[in-house]
Amino acid sequence: MAELLEVRWHGRGGLGAVTSAELVARAAISEGKYAQSFPSFGPERRGAPVLAFLRVSDEFIRTRTAIYEPDVVAVLDPGLLHAVDVTAGLKENGKIIINSRKSPAELKSEFGYKWPVAAVNATRIARETIGVPITNTAMIGALLKVTEAVKLDSVVEQLHERFGTRAKGNIEAMKRAYMETVIKE
Amino acid sequence: MSKRVGLEASFAAAEAARMADVDVIAAYPITPQTHIPERLAEMVADGELNAAYIPVESEHSALSACLGAAAVGARTFTATAGQGLELMHEVVYIASSMRYPIVMTVCNRALSAPLSVWGDHSDAMAVRDTGWIQVFCQNNQEAFDMTLWAFRVGEDSRVLLPVMVHFDGFHLSHVTEPVILPEQKEVDRFLPRFQYPFALDPDKPMTHGAFGPPEIYSEAKIAQEVAFRKSKDVIIQEFKEFGDIFGRYYHLVESYRTEGAKMLLLTMGSFSETAKIAIDTKKNKGESIGLISLRLWRPFPFEELRQAVKNAETLIVFDRCISFGGPGGPVSSEIRSALYNEKERPKVVSFIGGLGGRDMAVKDFEYVIDRGREIAEKGSKELFEIVGVRGKVTGIRG
Repeated sequence: MAELLEVRWHGRGGLGAVTSAELVARAAISEGKYAQSFPSFGPERRGAPVLAFLRVSDEFIRTRTAIYEPDVVAVLDPGLLHAVDVTAGLKENGKIIINSRKSPAELKSEFGYKWPVAAVNATRIARETIGVPITNTAMIGALLKVTEAVKLDSVVEQLHERFGTRAKGNIEAMKRAYMETVIKE
Repeated sequence: MSKRVGLEASFAAAEAARMADVDVIAAYPITPQTHIPERLAEMVADGELNAAYIPVESEHSALSACLGAAAVGARTFTATAGQGLELMHEVVYIASSMRYPIVMTVCNRALSAPLSVWGDHSDAMAVRDTGWIQVFCQNNQEAFDMTLWAFRVGEDSRVLLPVMVHFDGFHLSHVTEPVILPEQKEVDRFLPRFQYPFALDPDKPMTHGAFGPPEIYSEAKIAQEVAFRKSKDVIIQEFKEFGDIFGRYYHLVESYRTEGAKMLLLTMGSFSETAKIAIDTKKNKGESIGLISLRLWRPFPFEELRQAVKNAETLIVFDRCISFGGPGGPVSSEIRSALYNEKERPKVVSFIGGLGGRDMAVKDFEYVIDRGREIAEKGSKELFEIVGVRGKVTGIRG
């Protein structure tokens, strides 16, 4: 794993971006790693574009600022691609993960991205597994396909802890998204 | 076995209050402190914590309810932030003057107007002189540790004073990161059951907070001041005791890579950690620089500060609050006062930044160091400079 992995999540209030970041952080901590997760600070409204941040490292993390130059950006709602520049500050060797019906090749050419793009239809997966279009747990699966932030099993544990009897659908969503994520370099 | 889990500082503070087995919690929710009373209310409702949770209609009532609980000897906890602390203000003085060892978390927040829910130290500075022991935390582990420690110090029969544990709103309160939670039996060893020696009791009637005519008021106040200053010895002793039990040793003034440094940067709270990265970067370039972080804010650690800065030529003080019309940031004023009578003392340069949640990145601290050196060498007409502000600022003259 890289020395420090920094992920910026682009979601909308209610899609669970903050929970995604937190679940991965807690999973990393359970593996003995260091991690931080936090929301874009301030009042949040359902449906409005929001950010969540995740840092994972093998070392104690000192930095306490927002993430300005992420290694990975994860976009929970494809509509955001037209609303905000999700690639702002993305590192040269960064990666973009998008919840979309489109293939990563289509997304690359549509938006002219120079970075590798990973795509997965997280909305469909979420509808089929948990019954609602809340894409956050599916997008964790996509993140773990693209990076080695944590082990899938560590997140499974966190999902059990967080969702109790509702964990099953979320675990399935994450695992299916992990399998179905397609990467275009 | 202690366990290492991911927790927000807010939840870490709530967890510390639970493990301290508090008897009474009275709090009013306010951003960014909300998660603390929410979590504690949940613990009480779920039977995880055998305490009275008093939902109140305001912060003024929250601390007033705490006074009543503390008066009968209950272990009492509250939490607030920003405007909430302001609304509490008169009761804040009463708690310390009546010698009630209440513990209060403050998730530091800016003060309106303009309305801001984001972090800075304006709320903390507004209660500087209220007679509460006050510490600042740099990370979530400290949020847990200082809360536990606060009960132990405040309740010590030599102290009997309230303790405020400050941690940065959002920058800690809403960040999940690793926290080591000790075993309950270790906590019980550190923090025995509390016996308030002056608890109100119908069988042994006594008056707390009586009328204080001019014949007695000065004596009461100086007794409070002497007790407050003396608490420093217990503070030091309990940091040691805490370290002996939990393995984490804390100091009133923390130094980071200060050996032989000609220039020092002084910060408080969680921004100290980001500043340490700037110190590393500068040191790697061969610059003579180190970091001082004040953990104990009240009673002010004079000796420890003088010791920490005695070999420095320049001391850059970074404040997160404006003292309107004053001689600089409130911390830098204190530092100047503390050093004024020293024969040899560093030049103090004052910066203010991180107001109302404005981020301070590593490069911003690097700027503070570079500009601080320039001001120390060439001087400046301005009493302080404000970091990253748009537009040119002049007229900050003394």
